[in-house]
Amino acid sequence: MNGPHDMGGMQCFGPVEPEANEPPFHAEWEKRAFAITVAMGASGEWNLDESRSARESMPPARYLGSSYYKIWFEGLERLLSERGLVSREEIAQARAIGAPKPIKRTLAAADVAKTLGRGGPTRRETAKPARFKVGDRVRTKNINPPTHTRLPRYVRGHVGTVERIYGAHVFPDAHAHGGGEDPQWLYAVAFSGSDLWGPDGDPTMRVSVDAFEPYLEPA
Amino acid sequence: MRVRALESILTEKGYVDPKALDLLIETYEVKVGPHNGARVVAKAWTDPEYREWLLAEGGAAIASLGYIGRQGENMVVLENTPKVHNMVVCTLCSCYPWPVLGLPPVWYKSAPYRSQAVSNPRKVLADFQVTLPEGMDIRVWDSTAEIRYLVLPMRPEGTEGWSAEQLARLVTRDSMIGTGLPLRPQDVAS
Repeated sequence: MNGPHDMGGMQCFGPVEPEANEPPFHAEWEKRAFAITVAMGASGEWNLDESRSARESMPPARYLGSSYYKIWFEGLERLLSERGLVSREEIAQARAIGAPKPIKRTLAAADVAKTLGRGGPTRRETAKPARFKVGDRVRTKNINPPTHTRLPRYVRGHVGTVERIYGAHVFPDAHAHGGGEDPQWLYAVAFSGSDLWGPDGDPTMRVSVDAFEPYLEPA
Repeated sequence: MRVRALESILTEKGYVDPKALDLLIETYEVKVGPHNGARVVAKAWTDPEYREWLLAEGGAAIASLGYIGRQGENMVVLENTPKVHNMVVCTLCSCYPWPVLGLPPVWYKSAPYRSQAVSNPRKVLADFQVTLPEGMDIRVWDSTAEIRYLVLPMRPEGTEGWSAEQLARLVTRDSMIGTGLPLRPQDVAS
């Protein structure tokens, strides 16, 4: 989706503002929003790609005007209501009304360390050979799906070089929308600043994205 | 507050365990943070075999120090050299190597950083008061998939004979993202 989350190359946001000695959280609600998002992520009721897709579905003006934990929180509300786990009415009234729906897992305190330690590995074996090798020149496809994708706009239609091959991984474009894991080869593809940004680009920079094979064609 | 309200609904329905929530917060407030990554970098600066392993198989070398798990499942370490400075961003969201750096700072997730890191990285570095020497190229890594990147900065001059513990004090979070450089010995003189 060509949404507000896809920010590479925009110029209107002003300088980066680092904060000295920044704490991990800036308010109590951020801690709780973080924790319920991670705990519900471990429930097995949705996957990481579906949660990213939910966050990206926030209305653009709202997305750009929200802190990141607010984006997480509203994404969580959307996932909970879409799956019938917490209704919009319950959210509005700030109390449980309906009976709970069974979920796959409730993350117990005793399992926190183990669950975080396991993470969510995305690497998969595939019988398909990799289509590209290191050094190949490839062009990113000009795709504009209205659904979740991890190919940012600023590299679409550009020619770059395959620099690394990372094996096959769960394909977010499918996994975010009920298409299963559909593992695809993943490559670091690097572009020169001049190729991406023309005469305004910095010729001494290179940028890579991690691109799944379906995003690429031979150049 | 809406967050509190939702948390109590989730607790009442049995979807979350409040003790697990407290533990999640404590983990990332106290245990996991850039001090983990600093240990990795300092070890690489003092142990050539480890350095080689770290650059070849980042995940395994980092796991050997006990740093594993969520948002660090596929670690790749990028070596800064006199010719190339690496910098990491996630233009699409907030992908960040949690086991070695903890949770990302606000600026990393902000629109100014995500938009400009890939188009004008020297301007971004200037926002961090960093100017690279003449002739040093910039290599930006946009983490658009599940690979998580850690920058291995260059060891500061004047640290010959320092132990890994001493060196770790020079390794800042930003130097492992690529928006900063390690501290110099005079910066930590006590």
